Order: sequence, then C-alpha cells, then structure tokens
Amino acid sequence: MTIGVEASASLDQGPPDDAAALLAMMLRIRMFEDKVMDLFSQNLVRGSTHLCQGQEAVTVGVCSVLRHVDTMTCTYRGHGAVIAKGAPLAACFGELLGRAGGLCRGKGGSMHFADFSVGAIGSNAIVGAHLPITVGAALASSYLGDDRVAVSFFGDGATNIGAFHEALNLASVWKLPAVFVIENNQYGEYSPLRSTTPIDRLARRADAYGMPGVLVDGNDVAAVRSVARSAVERARAGQGPTLIEADTYRQVGHSRSDPATYRPAGELDRWLERDPILLLERSMLTRWSTEELDTIRQTAQRDVDSALEMALAMPEPTLDEMAKDVWA
Amino acid sequence: MSEEINYRKVIAVALADAMREDDSVLLLGEDVGAAGGAFKTTAGLFEEFGPRRVRDTPISEQAIVGAAIGSALCGLRPVAEIMFADFAGVCFDQIANQLAKYRYMTAGQAQLPVTIRMANGAGAGFAAQHSQAAENWFLSIPGLKIAVPATVPDLYLLLRAAIRDDDPVLVFEHKNLFALKGSIPRGVAPLRLGVADIVRQGNDVTMVATQQMRHRAVEAADLLVQEGIEATVIDPRTLIPFDDEAVRASLEQTARLMVVQETVQAGSWGASLIARMVQDHFELFDAPPTLLSTPNTPAPYAAALEREWLPSVEDIRIGARELVKW
Repeated sequence: MTIGVEASASLDQGPPDDAAALLAMMLRIRMFEDKVMDLFSQNLVRGSTHLCQGQEAVTVGVCSVLRHVDTMTCTYRGHGAVIAKGAPLAACFGELLGRAGGLCRGKGGSMHFADFSVGAIGSNAIVGAHLPITVGAALASSYLGDDRVAVSFFGDGATNIGAFHEALNLASVWKLPAVFVIENNQYGEYSPLRSTTPIDRLARRADAYGMPGVLVDGNDVAAVRSVARSAVERARAGQGPTLIEADTYRQVGHSRSDPATYRPAGELDRWLERDPILLLERSMLTRWSTEELDTIRQTAQRDVDSALEMALAMPEPTLDEMAKDVWA
Repeated sequence: MSEEINYRKVIAVALADAMREDDSVLLLGEDVGAAGGAFKTTAGLFEEFGPRRVRDTPISEQAIVGAAIGSALCGLRPVAEIMFADFAGVCFDQIANQLAKYRYMTAGQAQLPVTIRMANGAGAGFAAQHSQAAENWFLSIPGLKIAVPATVPDLYLLLRAAIRDDDPVLVFEHKNLFALKGSIPRGVAPLRLGVADIVRQGNDVTMVATQQMRHRAVEAADLLVQEGIEATVIDPRTLIPFDDEAVRASLEQTARLMVVQETVQAGSWGASLIARMVQDHFELFDAPPTLLSTPNTPAPYAAALEREWLPSVEDIRIGARELVKW
C-alpha cells in the first residue's frame, strides 16, 4: 500500500521566484474563472460552463513540473488546466466567446479548450473518455523512445466510469509514462462522493492496477508539485504510471445552472478557510511583503483584463469556418 | 505474375507492407500478436515486427481505440482491431465522440491518421451479437471515412489507402468473404478512397451493392442475361466518401436503381443513397428505386432463418424483373 498523505513541501527550498510564479498562475486562473461568471451573466457565453475556483493548486502544481512537450488532457472543467499548461489567456477568452481568434477558432467552446503548441491536447466533455487517449499519448512516447510524459486530470466522478478502469489497467500493463490525477472536489455533478462510491480514498483504486496511489492535499500547491514531480520522474524513468488523488473543493456549482444548494451548511466556509490561494499567500509571507503580493495580484488582474479586452475585439468566425477541419 | 491469395490472408500482407513502408504504423488489438488474430488475419506479423509494433491488448475496446487516438495525436499511425464489428458498441464513444470530432473541435490541431479494422457481417451463423453490418452505425458522424472491401485486391488497396490516409478510416472486413480468392495487386497505383468499381455494365438496371451483396448482385446479373436483362453492378467500395457520380452516370443509361444491402432499411447507406439520388437527379428515374434490405429483425442464428434473412440472388433477380417492367 503506497497511499499516504504527502507532507507539505516547503517552497522555501525552491528558487525565490517559484512561489511567485505559482501564485501568479493560480491568480490568473481564479480571475479568469471569475470573469467567465461575469460574461455568463451578460449572456456572452453560450451553452454551459464548468468553473474550477478552489481547485487551482492541483492543475498549477502538476503543470509546474511539466514541459510543453509533455502532454496534458483534462475535463470540461478544464480552463484552469489549459491555462496552467501555458495557453494564452486572450485565446482562451476568445474561445469562450466563440471568436475567430479563440484557441480552436470558436469551434470548441468552454468544454473543449486545446492548445497543442503547449501540450494541452484536449479538454473532454465525456466523463473519463480522455483517459484512454492519455494512454495513447503515453504509448507514443514509449514507442518513439522519447521522454515525454502524458498527464491527465479528471474528477472523482470519473473513477466510476468504465474508461477509467480500461485506461489505468492498460497503462500499467504496458508500463507507460502516464500520470493520472484525480481532482477530488467531493462532488460528481450534484452528488456527494459518499453517495456514489463505496470507498473514501480514491487513491486506493491504484492497488487494483498495480501502480502507486498517492493522496495529497490538493489545496497545497507545494505538496501537489512535490507529488507530481515524483510521479513524472517515475514515468520518465520507465517505471510506469502513478495515480494521484488531490483532495480539493469546488467552490462553485457543477455548472452554470447549479446553485449548489445540496451542500451542507458550513461546508463551503470550511473549505474557503483552506482556499489554495490564501494558503499559498500565507506561506509566502515569511519571505515576501504584503506589497509584493499585492503587486503579483495586480499584475494578474491586469493580464486577465487586457486578455478579455483583446478577446472582445476579436471578430466572429466567418461562415467558411463551418466546413473546415472535418477532414485533413 | 500476381500471387493468388484469399481475402483472409491478404489482410496481413497489406498490414506488413504498410509497416515496412512506415515505422510509425503499429497494430493494437485483442490477440492480434502472439495468437495471430482471432480470425488469423494478422498471422506472421508478430514474428516479423515484434511486440513493440504488434501489441496484444486486454479485452478493453475503449482503451484500444482511445490508445489509437492518443498515439495518433502524438505522431503515430495506429491500426486498431476491433475483433467483431458489433463490439464497436462497447467503444462507441471513442469512435463517435472522440475519433470523429477531435479534429473539428480543435480546429485542425489534432491529427488523427487512425485505421480501425473490424470483422463485419452475417451469413456464417454467429447470431445477432456477432453479425451486424455495423458500418451503418457510423454514417451520420462527420469525420469518419468508411471502407467496405468486397474482393482481395480491393481489400489490399483499401487497407493500404486507409492507413496512408490522414483521416480516421473504419475498414470493415466481411467474415463471410474470408475464403474468397484473388490476387494481390502489387505494383498498381494506390486506390483513392471514394472511387467506385463498375463491376459490370448493362443498360437496363443499375445495382449498387457492397461486400457479400456485391457478389450476389453479380451472380444475379449474370443469370438475368438469360431473361434479356442487362444490369450494371456498382460496388462503391467506400461509403464515406461515396462515389455518387458513378451511380448518377449509370442512371443516365438505365433510369432504374436497385440498392442491395445486408442491413435493415432504417438509417442505412442504401436509404441515404436513394434519398440523394432522388433529390438531386429525379429526372433520371423511370421507375421508383428499389431498396433490398434484410427484414427488420436482428440477425437470426439458425441456418434456415439466416439464409432467408439475407437478400439472396433470387431476391435480387425478382427485384430487377419488377424494376424493368416500368
């Protein structure tokens, strides 16, 4: 049994700009998602959207140990993961707004952010469907003998779908360089985990696939990064895949239409006290002044605001776009 | 001098030629490696190319197709085998929602040179869960190409073309044609997907049929000559893209269209073809088109029932006689 809560790694051990970079990225994602809520209320975003406020430390921590050539797949709650992997904010906003300058020229929308140039090879709107695809990305690395690692983010709910089982089994039997990261935000859509899942720690599922399962505090970015680094190194060394369960919390409803009234009283408040951005800022105060942290915050806000401005100025796609990209 | 081989064995020949030509081609599937395939269609490949390129998988169709997709996104040219085409139902999401839509949703960022081979069709007593002509399930999903080879040379050429193609191609290998003999078309020009084979020319009726129905249509057409009826038989070879022009050009001569298919009418390639022809070329028709399909039931097991269930040579003859009366 390899399961165990990873102790928080100190950011003090890293270079001084590390913590600042992590904080800046988490703030950009938080502010991006807050803006998306605004855009929704203005009816500027179509369909539905699924936001990740509160879960930023998971994607930022993991992606901070990846290179652009490493691949990342994620879910329809994937804005944060794609931004953390390095996609430009303006093109992300452009995609949400259905503009020609969007990541996918407005053809994917909120649930399908992808930027292959930074290794973000797909956000999937079918629960768990990207796990087998991650296995394929890892298979390509193994086949070609390069050192790319394939990482996948998915929710606690995805561990109950068949594709999860098939993917983890195959990745392990072929010892592929993959890292599977459960963003355990405590709810599968509207249902609390305990009502759908007979075990309380999802990392235990790794045992069934003969791979290490590691539980980590998903609101502690340093701990997430430390666990991710070990898993990525293990994958790169040809030792096979790892399952990481990052315990975190979805501070908002499942989707646009969900006010999350099913949450027990006080639960949100308890998690807000452990907000990942708050925790990181608090830990940084030993080496950073409040003013310096404010500057990081202001810079992030300015980046997000100007990205949105750029996106709003992007034209809508021309109609010839409709028939493009069905075929090679 | 071309080499005589059967439909079953030419599959491994085509796969081996593709693998020798391009190192990025690899095979994935249940028992495709050490066992040589459930139908022995990959026999010898594991010995020549080894376990890195000929990969036995668990019984995990979603993982097989998903792994093919992911490896294609990262530069490989995978060939996945789904043992019986009916099992596409187990990985329908990976084919319908992932493979077909990935390129479009990412505005062309995703490259998907994926081939999926499946053993297709009825006639050998496998019963309903191993006999579906499953190509019809995929007609309404833009992004997939569909090949339905009926002969040894077509199977070789279409499989080679599918693997070289930069789009996902589903290749349906008909189980009831495995013993069919033919020659390997080595040294001929590669086949373009979407070009029909005009198997036989005649001025009275245009028959369009694929796979085992193509052979029955040809047999019926040969018999109809004795009755003074001359039929054209067109094998489209691929359903997507479909060579509408070949059918239209033939209708100019015959003004009569009969489609013979190994599936029910609803949602079938034959129904779609007739709809397009009637809508676009109504003026060419002297008679209402005929769609010869199976009864609206799953494929039955018993020989007596399955024989009756599939459109027969006699059914085709009767249908053609009725058509030319108009």
